[in-house]
Amino acid sequence: MSANAVETRARTGVEVRLEDLRKVYAGVAALDGLSLTIGQGELVALLGPSGCGKTTALRLLAGLEEPSDGRVVIGGQDVTNFGANKREIGMVFQAYSLFPHMTATQNVEFGLQLHKVDVNKRRKKAREMLDLVGLSAHANKYASQMSGGQQQRVALARALAIEPKVLLLDEPLSALDARVRARLRDEIRRVQLDVGITTLFVTHDQEEALAIADRVGVMNRGRLEQLGPPTAIYSRPATPFVAEFVGLTNRLEGNVHNGEVEVRGVRLPLVKPDTSDGPATALIRPEAVSLAADGEEATGPLSGTVISISFLGATSRVTVDLGDVVVLAQMPTAQASDHQAGSRVRLTLRPDPVLIARDEKTAAEA
Amino acid sequence: MKLQVFRVVVFLVAGVFFLTPLFAMFEFSTRGNTDTAPRTLHAWTTIFQTPDLTDAIVASLELAVITSLAMLVLLLPTMVWVRLRLPGLSRIVEFICLLPLTVPAIALVVGLRPIYVWININVTDSILALALAYVVLVLPYAYRSLDAGLGAIDLKTLSEAARSLGAGWFTVMWRVVVPNMSTAILNASLLSVALVLGEFTLANLLNFENMQVAIAYLGLAGDADTSIAVAVASLIFAFVLLMVITFIGQRRRPSLTAAGTDPEYLTVGQRA
Repeated sequence: MSANAVETRARTGVEVRLEDLRKVYAGVAALDGLSLTIGQGELVALLGPSGCGKTTALRLLAGLEEPSDGRVVIGGQDVTNFGANKREIGMVFQAYSLFPHMTATQNVEFGLQLHKVDVNKRRKKAREMLDLVGLSAHANKYASQMSGGQQQRVALARALAIEPKVLLLDEPLSALDARVRARLRDEIRRVQLDVGITTLFVTHDQEEALAIADRVGVMNRGRLEQLGPPTAIYSRPATPFVAEFVGLTNRLEGNVHNGEVEVRGVRLPLVKPDTSDGPATALIRPEAVSLAADGEEATGPLSGTVISISFLGATSRVTVDLGDVVVLAQMPTAQASDHQAGSRVRLTLRPDPVLIARDEKTAAEA
Repeated sequence: MKLQVFRVVVFLVAGVFFLTPLFAMFEFSTRGNTDTAPRTLHAWTTIFQTPDLTDAIVASLELAVITSLAMLVLLLPTMVWVRLRLPGLSRIVEFICLLPLTVPAIALVVGLRPIYVWININVTDSILALALAYVVLVLPYAYRSLDAGLGAIDLKTLSEAARSLGAGWFTVMWRVVVPNMSTAILNASLLSVALVLGEFTLANLLNFENMQVAIAYLGLAGDADTSIAVAVASLIFAFVLLMVITFIGQRRRPSLTAAGTDPEYLTVGQRA
């Protein structure tokens, strides 16, 4: 099988624009002015906690909900008032969505039938799409005879068979176990790149979003907090919410002065140097913290006791109690094995630019 | 072993309980005129030689079909729509559908009589007009059956999947909802057919002659063996219908293998 087997008519992808989209349910804004442009053939992942509005955004794009305000533009055409069946989208759902009374082939053929594709072309296309997702051998199976991962792959084949302008993935992996999830995630990315289709992927799993997407949009309370490549989202979070939602973050009290923050005697540069002076909380990634074994005599504001060491494979996470705060440090397992629970250590903070969080109290003091 | 014996005993007892009256009715319907007369199928052949009776049987069968279809056309799209778009109304719809259970037949007749008088004068005096009342009568049973069927499928996801593939609402209903609810729809239809074929009170009090009313008249006229023969035939018809529906329900279901116990599950993610 190869991607060449699939016709690539109009599959170079179209641009998708969500313009100032709002959705209000019973007076509560589930989506509060979302503007997002997805480039041709790009895969954008919307990431956020439950209730942040990411699924609402996807459903508005799919036409399964009507926006309270704003526009949806697909390939330059305003489709805001189009029904879901007129938008030429393909969608894979979180819940298993194969039609139980049809075989895998019949499921894939369903959309083609509705698009009045000739029976021979339909059969051929269904075979190609099942081949694309590696399920040719399961063509005659019913949904109940397939595993969850297989069902989602058939659902992907079914969504792509109609050659949609946009592919929408609504947490398609969340019902699967971890091993299948990781494999299918890569499979989806491979197929998306093969076909070159513009894709919106919604997930609450940051690992999934960072691994699969060209760009990740982090959402909170119906708004887009940050949109950017996965590396930028992780290493240069734009807001404290992004910093804390994506990856692990240590919160250490400090003082901002002249575009730097002093944390326990260490001066660190700021992501936003124009931050006003005053007390603040510095958000520091665990991998920016390293340890030095100083024996029992280790003292000072960055000295503490190792509480636990979590083995994560190639890296390990060490939890250190500084007395008034607990700090996480992540490092190669070989380095972490130099320390033991109960031993005294001294922390070193890498001088990466850090983000500042200010609650109302510290902001007022500043 | 003990369980198997218990099952056989229960099956036999239930069989005797249901079949004895049926056999007794059949035996009665085949008796001759005197104690010494030989067995005869005269009562059964009389069914086809009594125009009023055959008319009533045909009318009841037509009513059963019309009522079932009307019930499905009215109830199924309504229930699907309420589930998908107006879930807040589901309790109200359920209440309305179950209401006829609580209304005695005589009260229904009192309410319906003026309507039927008007229909008889202005629209039609055909017995088929009874289907209007029968649709109301079968609502509680049909609602329960269809509700169970809708509860057994992920209606929202399936309909949204079909919509995203280009299906209009009619296609969603016809190609996705109906095939996945075939057993529930057949059950609702069977209940409707059984109820209509056995209905006496409304038809009698509204001056229509359906099968049950005709059977009663035959009995009153002294032709008890023919009336019993028709009763046996209608019971056997309902029994056969139930068997057919059960058989179809089983055949439509693909052989089920739970996801996760399928050997293929172990190779998920590997390309063929």
